[in-house]
Parts: sequence; C-alpha cells; structure tokens
Amino acid sequence: MSAINPPAPPSGIVPWDKQLSLSLLTDMLRIRRMEEKAAELYGLQKIRGFLHLYIGEEAVAAGAMRALQPEDNVVATYREHGHALLRGLGMWAIMAEMYGKQEGCSRGRGGSMHLFDRERRFFGGQAIVAGGLPLATGLALADKMLGRCALTACFFGEGAVAEGAFHEAMNLAALWQLPLLFCCENNLYAMGTALARSQAQTNLCVKAASYSMATLQVDGMDVVAVHEAMKSATQQVRSNGPLFVELQTYRFRAHSMFDPELYRDKLEVEGWKKRGPIHSFSARLKAQGDLTEDEFLAIDASAQAEVDAAVAFAEAGSWEPVEELLRDVTTPVREKA
Amino acid sequence: MGRRITYREALREALREALQTDPRVFLMGEDVGRYGGSYAVSKGLLDEFGPERIRDTPLSELGFVGAGVGAALGGMRPIVEIMTVNFSLLALDPIVNGAAMLRHMSGGQFSVPLVIRMASGAGRQVAAQHSNSFESWYAHVPGLRVLSPATVEDARAMLAPALADPDPVLIFEHAQLYNMEQELPDGDPLVVDIQRASVRRVGRDVSLITCGGCLPKAMKAAEELVNLGIEAEVIDLRVLRPLDDATLMASVRKCHRAVIVMEAWRSGSLAAEIMARIAEQAFFDLDAPLARVCSEEVPIPYARHMEEAALPQVEKIVAAVQAVLGTAS
Repeated sequence: MSAINPPAPPSGIVPWDKQLSLSLLTDMLRIRRMEEKAAELYGLQKIRGFLHLYIGEEAVAAGAMRALQPEDNVVATYREHGHALLRGLGMWAIMAEMYGKQEGCSRGRGGSMHLFDRERRFFGGQAIVAGGLPLATGLALADKMLGRCALTACFFGEGAVAEGAFHEAMNLAALWQLPLLFCCENNLYAMGTALARSQAQTNLCVKAASYSMATLQVDGMDVVAVHEAMKSATQQVRSNGPLFVELQTYRFRAHSMFDPELYRDKLEVEGWKKRGPIHSFSARLKAQGDLTEDEFLAIDASAQAEVDAAVAFAEAGSWEPVEELLRDVTTPVREKA
Repeated sequence: MGRRITYREALREALREALQTDPRVFLMGEDVGRYGGSYAVSKGLLDEFGPERIRDTPLSELGFVGAGVGAALGGMRPIVEIMTVNFSLLALDPIVNGAAMLRHMSGGQFSVPLVIRMASGAGRQVAAQHSNSFESWYAHVPGLRVLSPATVEDARAMLAPALADPDPVLIFEHAQLYNMEQELPDGDPLVVDIQRASVRRVGRDVSLITCGGCLPKAMKAAEELVNLGIEAEVIDLRVLRPLDDATLMASVRKCHRAVIVMEAWRSGSLAAEIMARIAEQAFFDLDAPLARVCSEEVPIPYARHMEEAALPQVEKIVAAVQAVLGTAS
C-alpha cells in the first residue's frame, strides 16, 4: 500500500484573543479525553456495539460548532460524539447513552451512533452513510419555507460522496438555494478504502462545484483555519445559499473498535499524528505567549474531571425496565394533539 | 343526497383541503406541479397554491423523500408523492432507516409527521417495473402506518387523519381505482378513522379479507356467489399496519371460513401474515383450511392475457370460496 503523506503541521500566528483560543483548546481536549475513556471502557465491555472514535479530527467539530447559532440544525454521522458534546449535550448524557442507560441522551435506545438532542437541534447520530444529507436538505427546506434564518450544518465523511444520496442532496440544495452547510470531513479512508481507490475524481470540491455550489477547502487539522472558514461559511450560507466545505483531516484510531487497520501503514498514521490538532495548536499558542504549560495542564485536568464525573454518572445510571420495550415506536396517544 | 365523484377527484379535494387548512402542508414529488401529477391527482393545484407548496422535484426519490423526512422534523407537514410504488424502492432508506426509526432511536424525542402517497398495483399493461404491490414490505416495519384507500370516501377522507398523525403514514392508491366513480356519503367534513378495517358487505358463510384494488373484485365475487347460495362477508382492511385484528377475527368467528384476497405475491406477504394471525387467534373457530388468492409468483407480464392470468380475478376468488366451502363442482 502506498502511504498518504501528510503536509507540514499547522503553524503560524493564532489571530484570536486568548480567551477564544483557550475555549477551542478546551473543546478539543474535552472530546479527546472523553473518547480515550470511551475506548478504555469499550475494552472493559462497559460500552458495546460499534464505537467510532473521532480522535485526530477534533479541530473540525471544535472549529465548526462555535460558528453555529442555537437555532441552527446539526446533522451528524455515527462518528458524532465530538459534535454532540460541543453542540452542548452533557458529557454525562453521552456517556450514559454509550452505556445504554436510560439517563442517556437517547434513553439508551440509540447508543454511540445515535446521539440526539431535540432542545439543541441535534438530529443525530445518522448511521447510514450519506443518509443524513437528504434529511438535512429537508430541515433546510423547512427553515426556508417557514422564513426562519437558521441554517443546517450537515457533517459527513468523504465516503458519503460515493453515495447517490450525496448527489441528490447537493442538487436539491443548490436547485432550491437552501441554507445548508455541507461539512465533508475527508479523513481519506471510507472504513478501509482509500479515497483514490474508490473515487475517479478525488478532488471533492470539483464534484460539489458541478452542482453550481460554492466550495471551500480547509485544513481540518488546523482549528484556526477551520473556525475562520466556518465563520465565513455560515455567513455565506445565511445570505447566499448552500456551500460545500471539505475539511481535510485524518483519523488516528481505527474505523471502529473491530477494525484491525490492515489497510494503512503505521508509519503513515505516525506521520499524520505530527499534525495532531491539539498539540500543534497548543504549540502555536505557547510560542506566542497565549498558553503556559500550567494552563494546559489545568485545562486538561478539568476535562479529565468532567470525564470522571460523566463515567460516574453513567455507572450510577439505571437500565430501562424491559416492560417498556415497545415504547417510542410510535408517538403515544397522549402526545397526539 | 350525496354526490358522485371519482377516486382521483376525491384525492385532489383532500389535498386542496389540507393545503387550505394548514400552511405547513405542502406537496412535493415528480411532476406534481406543471405536469399536474402523473395520475393527474394534483392537476390545478399549482395555480392555486404556487410552486413553493406544489413543489416539483427532480427524479431523486432518495433525495426528496429524505427531504420530506427532514422537512417534517423541521416543522412542516409534507405530503410526498412517489409516482409508482416501484420507484419507492429507491427511497427505502429514508422511509425505513429514517422515518420509521427516528422516534425510537432518539429515545422518543423526534416524531416524523410525514405523509407519503404512491400509486401501486397492476392491471394497466405497464409491465414488470410499474405494476407491483409492495404494501406488505412497508407493513412489515414498526413505526410506519400503512393505508390502502379502496373507496372514494376513503380517498377523500383518509388524508386529514394521516396528516394529523405525528408519525409517518404511507398511503397506497391503487392505479386501477383512479377513475372509479362512487357516491360520497353526506357529512361535512367527512370523517373516517385510520385504525379500523371495514365490513363492506355483511355475510355469513365466508370472510373475504381484502384491500385496495382487490376490493371491487371481491365485491363482484360476492355478488356472483349469491347465485351459488353463498353469502360472503367482505372485509376491507383499509389499514395495513397496524392490522385491525378485532374486526378480522369477529368476521372469521362468525363465518368460520376465510379467503384472503390481495394483489401482492403470496410468499412472505401480508396475506400470509393475516392467515397466521387467524391461525393464532381463531383456529378453533375455523371449519375449513384458510385460503388465499394472490398474484402468481412471476414479474407482472406485459401481454394482456398474461397479466390478467397473473392477478387475482373474480373467477379465482369465486373458485377459492367454493373450494373452501366444499362446493366446487
């Protein structure tokens, strides 16, 4: 197999005030520590089923979520722990969901791949590749028809680009000029299949542009680049309609916990880790005097404490009584107006 | 005194009423606007309600049905028209993995108030890829409500409760019924339920359990059976999921014999499901083995005589009833 060599690590001045910088660093660290713990808990069989880790890709969710408004909609994939957390779901609710406890954000019916939160307009947790794109198209259509100023941010991997749903959704969004922000997290592998082995055209923006849609290509390992791009992208979507953003990133861990990673070289992964979004960002902040090692350790300790509390909450949670098995297949009569 | 209209006109009236009463309602599908609907159901609605609410879509069943799911989540009340049931197979993902599962997998947070209408059924020589009855497949899926209006009254009145349902509802319009004309009962507004089966003809000797495009055939068969001294009770399922077991079993317990008449292929079909339920719930009330009249297990052929041979027909129903009653000559 031929290694996909990484470009140089993100570098340069971080053009933000210290507070914003530390907030985004905190966001990324919260995801990282939560997921490291999830992997450990998977080994202990506390978390079962499929578990898809976002480790390595944190800059994307961190940079994007802070550019969204509360009234916006978010649609994500089965690799959505980070998006859910930064959208405002409690880490405790996410952890309890992964445990399958009824205190979880989907009452234990969804698990790792189906995190939902109505109040925060977080529409999953969609585990059919590209299945979220038509759904996001409809959310954006509803907002447009109802005259709301909200946008819909739809996250998906580059593997989704091979699905018909991607092309149909892109066309509908462009045809109807919907307020839809397509966030393509290109981590170079659709499970074990490298982009070049599955796509005749590997420049994803070229595909999007064929639908007369504006495009942006962003270094998804650079939280500064992602956040700046997303700020302008959301403005553009609110005023001009749909936009396709390719966020070039890399997954440091296996596709899921079942993946033996036969398809890529360990050296390739090690190379990409040098571009790690957390340490590259931390290094830049330190270089410009916006972060001390003590501050970093304090943020990290706080994230770790949050993880510990979330795990304790999940451990203390309860199993839904099996008598409730058939609940929520349809809407109960009492809710029907 | 009622008034006579066609099934197609009844569907159009129902759409117009829904669009007039609820600004969240819109119709979306292939050729629903300028063309007027592939079966002319939505003819004239574009002029009345404009292109936002009578929304023509590209040929993207997966895309626009999925968008219907999203629009329902986003606060609209979409009615999505799929031209033909065969094309709905391109949209199985948003219907089954999406609409039907979202409420459950979100722990009850999101309902999907979506209505999907589509034409189904054979009998018009449109051959293998435009002639199927896949209602059984959708009726397999928890989370969906599946309706099969077989009368002008149901065509007129089922849409309103379907739209009021907070969960996804699929409405199958049998293509052979669009031109059927019937008298509408009095009543303004006309109200029907979407829970129960209906006894369309009272009888005592055999229950004919049917739906959709087979209802007129079953009614005709029942008339012919009178000449043979047999009084058939005809049950129109109306709602294919959830099935109204109570009405079915009451009829079977009364007649002690049952023949299921449905247009889908027999293997693994709703007809098979109904027979299983009767066996489970009313076995000791039966005086004879159950029987069914379904489509032959062949893709629907083009040639007219072959298509007719493939489908349930009045004479097949009569013969099946005679066999069940032991009166076959």
